[in-house]
Amino acid sequence: MGKPGEVPLKTKVRGEVFIDDLRCKGCGFCVEFCPTDVLAMSDGYNPKGYHVPRAVNAAVCTGCNLCGLYCPDFAIFGVRNLG
Amino acid sequence: MSADVIAPPPPENPTEDWLREERIPHIWCPGCGIGTSVNCFTQALEESKLDRDNVVIVSGIGCTGRVAGYLKLDSFHTTHGRPIPFATGLKLANPKLKVIVYSGDGDLFAIGGNHFFHAARRNVDMTVICVNNMTYGMTGGQVTPTTPIGAKATTSPFGNIEEPFNLPFIAHSCGAVYVARWTSFHVRQLTKAIRDAIAKPGFTFVEVISPCPTLFSRRNRLGDGLDAMKFYKAHSEIRNGADTREVAISHQSKIICGKFVDITRTTWHDAQAAHLHRVMGNRFVPPRNWEHLIKSDPMEDLVAETIRDSSGDGS
Repeated sequence: MGKPGEVPLKTKVRGEVFIDDLRCKGCGFCVEFCPTDVLAMSDGYNPKGYHVPRAVNAAVCTGCNLCGLYCPDFAIFGVRNLG
Repeated sequence: MSADVIAPPPPENPTEDWLREERIPHIWCPGCGIGTSVNCFTQALEESKLDRDNVVIVSGIGCTGRVAGYLKLDSFHTTHGRPIPFATGLKLANPKLKVIVYSGDGDLFAIGGNHFFHAARRNVDMTVICVNNMTYGMTGGQVTPTTPIGAKATTSPFGNIEEPFNLPFIAHSCGAVYVARWTSFHVRQLTKAIRDAIAKPGFTFVEVISPCPTLFSRRNRLGDGLDAMKFYKAHSEIRNGADTREVAISHQSKIICGKFVDITRTTWHDAQAAHLHRVMGNRFVPPRNWEHLIKSDPMEDLVAETIRDSSGDGS
């Protein structure tokens, strides 16, 4: 596994990830466990002072919603783009 | 007046539907695993396709006790340690309900330990989900009955000396029909375990090992919630069907996960119905809301067995 953005995966399924900055508490679960390394922690802060994740490699997101299952703050989720 | 093209609304978080949005954000610390287990729980409910009006969630006091307040279900936030008696009462009053107890290790096994044993013994039809973070989170990190030997806590600053409970073994020996343990790292397996536990009649128990970054991890210098999750990933071993006597957790050692027990036993309602049939004969008419619970085959077997026993030669 390379760094985010290094290895473009050839997947048929495409998805999109949505992040709710206001809810995020910056625990980093989604960044660590994303199977395709879509996410990375950003340097910026949300209004509560937490770093929030960003989809730096959005092209390889499969919309599996594993980030959504891990997120303890209900702040992120992925959706599959059908068709 | 209106634009020709209206942008589609952004999709909604699949968990959103199950949350009381006005209460979010919740009080759990960054890196706490309770929220992750709630995701798995709501996903399991979604997959179970249960009628939401018939699902009740009961919580006690503590960090995990807040779950009932955040979920958009009929929910009870009960007194400390008493979610299981409340749940038993709910089930007795209206057996149609799918009763789920969602609480922490301190609430279920310290303050309310006795209730757990007896609900499991009676095999009341309910699901107990225990989020085990090995400490009392809400009150400041004291030793619980699940704190491993050697772990530091507010009340054991030089390390705990007391033998902790082995929760799957307790549940198994008290008579639970389904016992599983997963960590908050194993989200897919946990979702499936909760789904199976909810679907199974009888007393079912799912233990969720979860990080407590603010108290347990900080006092023991184990890093934050993410470090705990990485630890679970590296040091958990899946052993389905393992002997529950051998799945005790030591401090920072291997965590054995999996489905340990999946058996069938007569539930309290079945036993009660069989008993009333035996005592009252044809005069017994099951209450209207019992009918779905009483399965004809096991019932008849049980009645036949009881009659055979009582009409035997008394040996």
